[in-house]
Amino acid sequence: MNVIEASELGRRYGSTWALRDCTVAIPAGHVAALVGPNGAGKTTLLNLAAGLAAPSAGDVTVLGGQPAGSPVALDGIAFVAQDTPMYKNLSARDMLHLTRNLNRRFDQQYAESRLDELGIPLKRKAGKLSGGQQAQLALTLALARRPRLLVLDEPMAMLDPVARHDFMASVMMAMAADGVSVVLSSHVLSELERVADYLVLMSRGRVQLAGEIDDLLASHRLLTGPAAEADRYAERLSVVHARRGEAQAHLLVRATADEPVPSGWEAHPVGLEELALAYLREPAAAVLPGSRPDSARRRALRSETGQRTEVTK
Amino acid sequence: MDIDKGISAEPRRPAGASPIEFRLDPASGVPTYLQLVHQVEHALRLGYLKPGDQLPKVRDVVAALAINPNTVLKAYKELETKGLAAGRPGQGTFVRATLSQVALPELSGLRRSLLGWLADAGTAGLDEDGVVALFTSVLRDFYKRRGGEADRGAASGETEGVA
Repeated sequence: MNVIEASELGRRYGSTWALRDCTVAIPAGHVAALVGPNGAGKTTLLNLAAGLAAPSAGDVTVLGGQPAGSPVALDGIAFVAQDTPMYKNLSARDMLHLTRNLNRRFDQQYAESRLDELGIPLKRKAGKLSGGQQAQLALTLALARRPRLLVLDEPMAMLDPVARHDFMASVMMAMAADGVSVVLSSHVLSELERVADYLVLMSRGRVQLAGEIDDLLASHRLLTGPAAEADRYAERLSVVHARRGEAQAHLLVRATADEPVPSGWEAHPVGLEELALAYLREPAAAVLPGSRPDSARRRALRSETGQRTEVTK
Repeated sequence: MDIDKGISAEPRRPAGASPIEFRLDPASGVPTYLQLVHQVEHALRLGYLKPGDQLPKVRDVVAALAINPNTVLKAYKELETKGLAAGRPGQGTFVRATLSQVALPELSGLRRSLLGWLADAGTAGLDEDGVVALFTSVLRDFYKRRGGEADRGAASGETEGVA
């Protein structure tokens, strides 16, 4: 099942496309990270999936084919917006009350015991809580709706390191205990490395790369060798990003560990940050061009034989 | 009558608690699940973990380290594939085999003699880097001379990177 599936999805604000020709399928059971620079369309995609905005082009379904914004979709998704907006003058108890009455499903007992565990007093006004506590309150409200998909937009931008750790631990606990799928956006790669196991890389309103992180890392290598030969190999190997010095060149290529390395060259495994940066610097390079709605391309990415032929530059 | 006989000498742990705790080194560049696998193997080699011991529960690891539960499951599956651990439905994952060839008393004896050698090396003027370099070089020679029938297989598979 796919928790979010978009097909040639687009959203225009005035004359500007915030998201354009976006095709992606995010499978259930993962923590999927939406990564990209500011203005890449991450928030727009999440808003469209959560049913908070309507598409200008294409369509988007959630939770295995439910149209975004439909009652079933709304019941199954919990969305925590950027900076966890809150009615500052309402107490935590009032926020629970409000959320309970605005939703068809709300687990009051779960919410109260969770806030109790976190030491957040029900009487305290939301505006008087610390940043970390506000984020935890917003997360509690979201989880008490017992969603199947939790969507978090830049959840940790405002949090200090301890609050970040605690917040993420709470999200991961919900995943371990209730099997909630998670989709979150961020432009801070380092904070995702521990939690995300699925990556959706976005730039300029399009999806550039998508797949399970382990598969993506296993299918890329960094080759280091003489700059003079770089061009020759760049033709043969599918190079994502090249950095050249006078004598030495680094090529980030699509190749598995068992593929032969040209003599005189050294191969190193790549990390998540290195991989993401390489793609973001080359907006034209894409493993998953945003034009094929089927999942065949994702499968092709996994099968080693399909790799060479799949790449388009 | 619930007197446990055989294990009366064991220190009592609360039910479900594991003898080890995981930690993560974000700077190491080693994938998270492999860090967990290595730590279990390390604990097995040093005798911190014995067959029958429980590995930390997935939920506890997730809560302590704020990592993806799939990562912990992947690490435990890897340990099962290696024959080192086995899952018991509804209970958790338990150690099945050991990697330590030597019992704890012998191990501490070896540690003592190594400490003695390190003191000698310090007196002779070797600093830490020098000790590591010398030790690594002698170690390599020693096992090479043994002709490879020793425990080459136990060495890690660092075959990445071709010259």
